[in-house]
Amino acid sequence: MHNDDASAPRTDPSTQRRLVERSLARRHGAEKRFRAAGLAAVFFGLGMVALLFASILAKGVPAFWQATVVTEVYFDPEIIKVDPRPVAQPGETPAQLHEREMAWQTQLTMANWNRIIENTLAAHLPEVTDARARARLRQLVTSGERFVLRDRVIADPALIGQRLTLKLLADANVDVWLKGNIDRSLPDSQQQLAPDVRAWADQLHERGVIQMKFNTTLFGNPDSRSSLASAGLAGAFVGSLFMMAIVILLAVPVGVASAVYLEEFAPRNRFTDLIEVNINNLAAVPSIIFGLLGAAVFINWFHMPLSAPIVGGLVLSLMTLPTVIIATRSTLQAIPPSIRQAALGIGASKVQMILHHVLPLALPGILTGAIIGVAQAIGETAPLLLIGMSAFVAAVPATPFDQSTALPVQIYLWQGNELRNFFEARTSAAIIVLLGLMLSLNALAIWLRKRFEKRW
Amino acid sequence: MEDTVMRATLVNAEKFVGVANGALKMAARDVRVFYGESEALHGVDLDIYENEVLAFIGPSGCGKSTFLRCLNRMNDTIDGCRVTGRIELDGEDIYDRSLDVVLLRARVGMVFQKPNPFPKSIYENIAYGPRLHGLASGRAELDDIVERSLQRAGLWEEVKDRLEQPGTGLSGGQQQRLCIARAIAVSPEVILMDEPCSALDPIATAKVEQLITELSETYTIVIVTHNMQQAARVSRRTAFFHLGNLVEVDDTTKIFTSPSDGRTEDYITGRFG
Ligand SMILES: Nc1ncnc2c1ncn2[C@@H]1O[C@H](COP(=O)(O)OP(=O)(O)OP(=O)(O)O)[C@@H](O)[C@H]1O
Ligand SMILES: [Mg+2]
Repeated sequence: MHNDDASAPRTDPSTQRRLVERSLARRHGAEKRFRAAGLAAVFFGLGMVALLFASILAKGVPAFWQATVVTEVYFDPEIIKVDPRPVAQPGETPAQLHEREMAWQTQLTMANWNRIIENTLAAHLPEVTDARARARLRQLVTSGERFVLRDRVIADPALIGQRLTLKLLADANVDVWLKGNIDRSLPDSQQQLAPDVRAWADQLHERGVIQMKFNTTLFGNPDSRSSLASAGLAGAFVGSLFMMAIVILLAVPVGVASAVYLEEFAPRNRFTDLIEVNINNLAAVPSIIFGLLGAAVFINWFHMPLSAPIVGGLVLSLMTLPTVIIATRSTLQAIPPSIRQAALGIGASKVQMILHHVLPLALPGILTGAIIGVAQAIGETAPLLLIGMSAFVAAVPATPFDQSTALPVQIYLWQGNELRNFFEARTSAAIIVLLGLMLSLNALAIWLRKRFEKRW
Repeated sequence: MEDTVMRATLVNAEKFVGVANGALKMAARDVRVFYGESEALHGVDLDIYENEVLAFIGPSGCGKSTFLRCLNRMNDTIDGCRVTGRIELDGEDIYDRSLDVVLLRARVGMVFQKPNPFPKSIYENIAYGPRLHGLASGRAELDDIVERSLQRAGLWEEVKDRLEQPGTGLSGGQQQRLCIARAIAVSPEVILMDEPCSALDPIATAKVEQLITELSETYTIVIVTHNMQQAARVSRRTAFFHLGNLVEVDDTTKIFTSPSDGRTEDYITGRFG
């Protein structure tokens, strides 16, 4: 049925055109403003990120090179007076041999390694003859190098009596001085190094004895307080890796399994509603509270070790669980129902439908959610402080049950170190390593996503 | 109990004079469907005979899809959907607890309104069902099933060189024929089709219609359609639904020439709908 009134134009064509044109101008204006606002927001965000990265890189990159004394070292047998290394005697038990070996190592440790380092440096500065001045030469090299030299001899006793060109880490203060991280015009009373030590450092630096070498200790050493220049990230890095592994092994499967159950199998009733609300609540709980929970439950109750990655991993898993569940559920919800119907219609059981069709399609989304959750977890600091992971640990953990720190906690610890001039750069270097780890995780997420999307 | 149903079946069968030339395949008695509290189907009685094409017509929202989904229990997958009454397949209650719904769906296949191939290769789309139900004992047999199904669906010539390509890369009409091939690959006894041509152009529709006619030699087919001509072309019997009731079911020619109910006549002549 046609209604003549409805099809008749209400205004004449020219007025209509004018009206539309006028409203059009207004609409275009609004569109332009909207776009401009969006663009401005994007640039603001990008600018902030660029600023952050620029400042971190500017501060942190120099820390990847560290003042190093490249010199010939003479393992003087006059100074290292030690018996030959014990070898197994007939009829000796391994325990007895071990005991003699330890005695030999103690003897080696008692050798005057300071004298070796002193002689090494004095060879470059023959004009320094005064005994007290010679002792000050040692300030050029960080104190931990004594043990590095000793460990070389333990590994190879044949070194005694030989000359070897080695790289000795310079003292942290020498590094600061040479890099210009301390104001050179400050009076002596405010300088960390004595005037003659500063002069020697400059002299050796000019002559190429002290060089800026790539900083392998940063990656190879655990933290150190007695020999600051040797402080490294290895302990924290391995601790973080352990925790990451625990989160991946625990939070991801448990989270995905609960999401699949809740989304696909659970009946819709009061009880599941309650669970749903609480998962969302859990995702909003501040992370420090998870730390308190971890301390109370895992440490006080289950008597797990303090400062151990296992506890940190468990706490971070709890924290990550809601993220994984929520991400997985939203991915599952996004799978088109037509695929489910197709599978069921052909006689697939529910489990077959999920395993054969839903999960493969959801995999990229689940992986992305899981990896973002894991990346968040390894950047987390607050809960780790509460379970004692901010303790100073001078060893690389061998198992998740050993004491350890974590990368973000190491950043926090170094940030608070008194030798600011030295540790400011080290802190930024640690941040770069942490960010690098996160970026590789994100890259992995993108790669996995692309790979599985192609395979559908 | 069994007896009363049988008697009822016979009584009803007598109503459909001259149509019962196949054996009774499925029988629905007083089927009511509830979505939550609201009743969408108000007691439907319907018989479906072997090797016939039965068309469901009726205005939008009258419950055609709802009833169709009862026949292979796809309604089970809808939250809050409840079915009462009795539906039999070869005399067995399909809503009986002892009946496995997976087996039922292998016997009563379904083709949906929108083509929904799996996002897998053409081959995998067809092979999925037979593999699921263990219908093929080896790769060669499976290849054979895939080829025969595609041939029956009239798709073989078009896709035989691209079996490893994704099924989602086919045209809409090809996808729908792929879905039909997928349904017949498990050799069901009954095929339910819910507006299988609504997303297709006239040429693809003609192909699917021809296919339906061919398939009816082997299968029992129930098809929902909004297209009267289609119902007239492919079906031998037609059922008219209205507001959740099955108004009448009869020979297609009879429904389109001299329906016994006024509502049917109004709908067919386009007075409402
Ligand atoms: N999942 C559902 N939840 C709630 N109500 C539903 C659902 N599916 C269908 N209904 C209702 O049941 C009634 C019958 O719907 P149905 O889909 O069976 O109609 P139809 O005859 O197939 O219509 P169309 O021709 O438009 O496909 C409608 O009133 C509809 O609103
Ligand atoms: Mg419908």
